[in-house]
Amino acid sequence: MSRDTLLWRVAPPILRSARRPQRVVERNAIVYRRTPMVLISGFFEPLFYLLSIRIGFGALVGDVDFAGRSIDYAEFVAPALMASSAMNGAVYDSTMNIFFKLRYSKTYDAMLASPLGAADVALGEIAWAMLRGFVYSISFLVCLAALGMAGSWWILASLPACLLIGLAFASVGMALTTYMRSWADFDWVPAITLPLFLFSATFYPLSSYGGLAWIVQLSPLYHGVALVRGASLGVASWGMFVHVGVLLALATVGLSVAARRVETLLLK
Amino acid sequence: MTTPASVRVLEMQMLLLKRIWKTNLTLSFLQPLLFFLGMGLGVGSLVDDRASSSEALGDISYATFLGPGLLATTAMLTAAGESLWPVLGGFKWDGSYEAMAATRLTAPQVVRGQFLWLAVRMGIAVGGVAVVLAVHPDTRSWGILPAVPAALLCGLVFTAWITAWAASREYDTSFSNVQRLVITPLFLFGGAFYPVDSLPDGLRPVAWVTPLWHGVELCRGFVLHTLGMTEALGHVAVLAIWLIPGWIVCDRLFAKRLYR
Amino acid sequence: MNVNEQPAIRAKSLTKKFGDFEAVRGIDVEVRPGESFGFLGPNGAGKSSTMRMIAGVSPVTSGTLEIFGLNPATHGSEIRNRLGVVPQADNLDGELTLLDNLIVYGRYFDIPRAECVERAKELLDFVQLSERSSGRVESLSGGMKRRLTIARGLMNRPEMFLLDEPTTGLDPQARHILWDRLYRLKQQGVTLVLTTHYMDEAEQLCDRLVVMDAGRIVAEGSPRELITRYSTREVLELRFGTGSNVEHEGRLLGVGNRLEVLADRVLVYADDGESALHEVHTRGLQPESSLVRRSSLEDVFLRLTGRSLEE
Repeated sequence: MSRDTLLWRVAPPILRSARRPQRVVERNAIVYRRTPMVLISGFFEPLFYLLSIRIGFGALVGDVDFAGRSIDYAEFVAPALMASSAMNGAVYDSTMNIFFKLRYSKTYDAMLASPLGAADVALGEIAWAMLRGFVYSISFLVCLAALGMAGSWWILASLPACLLIGLAFASVGMALTTYMRSWADFDWVPAITLPLFLFSATFYPLSSYGGLAWIVQLSPLYHGVALVRGASLGVASWGMFVHVGVLLALATVGLSVAARRVETLLLK
Repeated sequence: MTTPASVRVLEMQMLLLKRIWKTNLTLSFLQPLLFFLGMGLGVGSLVDDRASSSEALGDISYATFLGPGLLATTAMLTAAGESLWPVLGGFKWDGSYEAMAATRLTAPQVVRGQFLWLAVRMGIAVGGVAVVLAVHPDTRSWGILPAVPAALLCGLVFTAWITAWAASREYDTSFSNVQRLVITPLFLFGGAFYPVDSLPDGLRPVAWVTPLWHGVELCRGFVLHTLGMTEALGHVAVLAIWLIPGWIVCDRLFAKRLYR
Repeated sequence: MNVNEQPAIRAKSLTKKFGDFEAVRGIDVEVRPGESFGFLGPNGAGKSSTMRMIAGVSPVTSGTLEIFGLNPATHGSEIRNRLGVVPQADNLDGELTLLDNLIVYGRYFDIPRAECVERAKELLDFVQLSERSSGRVESLSGGMKRRLTIARGLMNRPEMFLLDEPTTGLDPQARHILWDRLYRLKQQGVTLVLTTHYMDEAEQLCDRLVVMDAGRIVAEGSPRELITRYSTREVLELRFGTGSNVEHEGRLLGVGNRLEVLADRVLVYADDGESALHEVHTRGLQPESSLVRRSSLEDVFLRLTGRSLEE
């Protein structure tokens, strides 16, 4: 990153000390080169979800009203599932895996003995989680298209939206992971992601929540869902900037905390 | 009277539970509750308005349809979660099975102990669902009582086969694929979320042979009192047919791996 | 001052605290480029804490520390760029092959990939692990892991190589292979800094060393100097059988320059061990066994701290 871009100047100081986080990504890519099946099978998961929505739920629910028009239920839910899968992929990659490297395999200790620093570790791992999530998002998109569920070319705009969701959740996931003490603590992860998955206007429009809609809007995934849904249905609004802002803010806080914590845990 | 060997194995595992039970109980209640609220009542509000949908579900609300099936899916998900990495880990990483094998315990005793342990874990998780069902008026029924062991039987089928898979592996590389390619599709297409009748013709028979579908049907039938005796026995028989060979395979694999 | 004469390490009143515990209590150290320098001491003496500060992965609590004339707090990355590190516990990457371990590590230093591959192969050869280059780390023995860690630490062609207890837990043969490789590095002009609680290792590898105890430096010099200063040329070891060593102390007074009574043996410090033994026999004493040996750093340590090194 060039050191005089705006993004650079607004980044928290600890992140500015990063030098080459891409080397951390490179290391992870070399590990995964050996187990490509994990990525390939990731393709089937969205396929299963989309099919079940289409043949099962779609038949039961029929059409829903969204943004002033009536749309097919599968068309309504699919983008939300895509956003959720971006979240789940990022969380999965940034919790257990990172905990293992942090506490057991000492991978980061070796990195910190080189010119890399805590910010490189945090940025690199989060970038990697984001990239892996991106591969899943692409396969999601391919499945959507293959099932004839991609409405227009607008749907391509959902890819950057998913990237942003991945960034936000990977950052927060890694930050929280640095506070975990044992594997048992990870049982709480689904206790957070499940309600996010269920109550982020994923399966029914925000309007169905009535007076509780404001709670839904507190969910970071809601903002992700709104972005992806807007993109895939080709509905743009000024509110999109708010959604992007919320996710970027989350990512910045998560990244800074993660880098700071890696530093306190390993450089003592 | 001496304690049966398999119970002694269980006791060892229970020490683990002692450390995590608070979290475990809280989550086992919280997750089905959220699911019931989010899917059952939430999606239900979209489903229940449509005449054609009510007909497909047999004139019941969507929550009533979904709730009992969650007993079986929860048992399956717990079995999958607790029998892949923990089992391979018992052989490879923490060596707890080796330690057991070094005592007088035989391989079948270790297997039985492991299954008992899983029954406890599934019992806690399924119990959480049962409490949620008992709270909601539409699903409150005495049928929940037989539905819980039915769900456990279904869960044991998965325990047996997944344990067998894990016990036969050297590395954990295939485990996330078991989750993604076996458990996820069963979860989605096994009849818990919508009737399998809506599946395409080719897939319906596949659903009929899967243990999850029989577990879901048993649980739903018990809770909603829609199950005849013959039907119930039929479902139990199919689950038993799935369970027994899986159990035998486990015994063999444990014997091979522990005493090689 | 000439850049080349810049000390590799310069520490003044260097202190490290963990909470209330003071691991390093104000030490002064200066290491010249090309020198082989050792920290000798028992477990818990503060050697590893010192090494971690030098390696730039542990903040200094107080005092000053300069590595290549740079402050690790502000120039940690630049310093680490010129260092090779072998930590006390191996932290090799279990998810990678041996070759990839080296290549990936080299990439952390921004060395071009092709160059990394070349160096990695060379270094695997250097530590005699070429045949296993595509194997996994978990299949290696302790000595092999140590050698691989050394190879990894050399990927960036460091000016200074830090080794924290490089041979602890290894069998004698593995230790000798390691010593040989380290000796070659020394000949190539690499500054070696190592910690150890083996006196033979310190004698073999170090031009100069400090003896540490409870966070402080208690002596400094070359192995030979320390032995001359704190010990005699030879040591006579006498064993009178368990429990009876103390009883014989009185009758041994005056033999050699100095006596040290341990639980299992009595040490007689003398410039001529044989004549001291003769004197013992003349006094009518019959030890179960006796041994005359050259004085070692172990004796220096015993003299300075009253405790044995390897316990």
